Amino acid sequence: MSQMNLTGARALFMREVRRFLKVNMQTIVTPALTAMLYLVIFRYAMGDRHVPGMEVDYFTFLVPGLAMMAMMQNAFANTSSSMIMGKVMGMQIYLLMAPLSAFEVVAAFLLAAVVRAVVVAAAFLVVLLPFVDFSMPHPGIALVYGICASLMMGGMGLIGGMWARDFDQVAMVTNFVILPLTFLSGVFYSVQQLPPFWQAINNANPFFYLTDGFRYGFLGVGDTDPFASMGVVLVSVVVTCLACWQLWRSGWRMKE
Amino acid sequence: MYALEINGLGKVYEKGNRALNDVSLRVPQGSFFALLGPNGAGKSTMINILADIVRPSEGRVTLLGHDLFSERNWCKRRMGVVPQEIAFDPFFTPHEVLRFTAGLFGCRPDEAWLDELLERLELTRHAGKKARQLSGGMRRRLLVAQALVHRPELVILDEPTAGVDVELRRRLWDFMRELNAGGTTILLTTHYLDEAEELCDHVAIIDRGQLLTAQPMRTLMREIASSWLWLNYGRPVTLTDEDQVALAGFEPRGSEEGVCLKLGQSQDGQSTFHQAYQAAVARFGPPMDAGVRREDLEDVFLRLTGHGSQAQGSGVKS
Repeated sequence: MSQMNLTGARALFMREVRRFLKVNMQTIVTPALTAMLYLVIFRYAMGDRHVPGMEVDYFTFLVPGLAMMAMMQNAFANTSSSMIMGKVMGMQIYLLMAPLSAFEVVAAFLLAAVVRAVVVAAAFLVVLLPFVDFSMPHPGIALVYGICASLMMGGMGLIGGMWARDFDQVAMVTNFVILPLTFLSGVFYSVQQLPPFWQAINNANPFFYLTDGFRYGFLGVGDTDPFASMGVVLVSVVVTCLACWQLWRSGWRMKE
Repeated sequence: MYALEINGLGKVYEKGNRALNDVSLRVPQGSFFALLGPNGAGKSTMINILADIVRPSEGRVTLLGHDLFSERNWCKRRMGVVPQEIAFDPFFTPHEVLRFTAGLFGCRPDEAWLDELLERLELTRHAGKKARQLSGGMRRRLLVAQALVHRPELVILDEPTAGVDVELRRRLWDFMRELNAGGTTILLTTHYLDEAEELCDHVAIIDRGQLLTAQPMRTLMREIASSWLWLNYGRPVTLTDEDQVALAGFEPRGSEEGVCLKLGQSQDGQSTFHQAYQAAVARFGPPMDAGVRREDLEDVFLRLTGHGSQAQGSGVKS
């Protein structure tokens, strides 16, 4: 194996970050605002109700959930849209022609997705600072879960973007896979509120553990033991990253 | 030393159509090499294999003595490819695109070189525009600049002048000639055969995935290009069987205005011009006018690829 092309990987990472910063209205402001709207709507719909079995009111419960949902959706959007745009515009061939290893390409894309996710979540949370008590009992746990979720969703976006032939197919993955997975990950409810059938479905969704762990880091309450969930999360992240690496290396849907 | 040595390269696409069949080719280091062929001949497939965009089905390639497939990244750093399809990133300006491309190839930013590229490809005035504001010709020139950011030793241009006007084309070729004089090997495909003939010192012609010929341009033109004697009688000439017999050996053809005879070389190496002329005068009398025209690369190309029985027929372009 030849030496690493760190300059190349950094150039790709920087391009990916600049790409979303250039259209920040669409990539940062809009998603942060959408999360805010959810929060306002549920605040007035639910009033001061408490979440059953937890020591928090619904408003506080929602904040980390919505932040996590925004992170997941934006990490996915960042890689998938870049990938399909590159394909449609023909730019992707430069990634194939450049002396970059699959590891370097995947790492650059995923790190940029994490940056986008963190920026969106921060934009959402900063506005809430005056209204919410951010005591954050376990910031380290929140951080680890946030990064894991972004990596995993960034990886799924990379795979979705590689698979898709056009923008329509990306939209299909977003609407039929990503949206249900994030909506059903316990952003809006505690799993204890669900009937057994839906609990089972919920428990099979890896994003449930991510959302729940992130919330635990924020509020100190959750449905699962965050340290036990960490196993599920780490395995999911590693599998996703390995899949990205292997697919890129094989030229799947990129090279004829 | 060869910039490229291609051995038995073949490609069968998934749907089963064969785009390249056992192509072997040597591109000498420092040469200006034309890869010619009709549409669909396999030129782009070959270039895309070299660029790592298409996987080969069989064959070996070495670049400057290094195996292209097992030492990909070493080779990629030494190769710059201008793709045929226009590709652009709508978010970025030409200047940003060049910096990014240089980065991908592992180069630290060399602003002086990027400025020179923009200057030479006449993009300086447009360096700050978004790519989507550029015209087709500008985007194509940007692709050329992108291929050169890392100062490659081998530059591959797939139809770089399609849609570029005459003046810019000339200046682009001047630039390529300068790079070539500085030691860069240049491999290009083009449909402008007159340009290829003028620029290139080596030529390969492929058709339907097969290599038809590959040699120095001068050898090709000496050995394959033939000369035609054209005799103008100011009237249509229809050749009788007797004419055919009398002029056998000159591949005679009648035309609207007279007759054409193919010239060759006699045993002592002299042109058969004199014999052909005398034979024609003996049959048809002295012509009103006469001339000799040598086939150019386009004629040879059309003849070899079998796409030009018409053009070959007259042997004369007036």
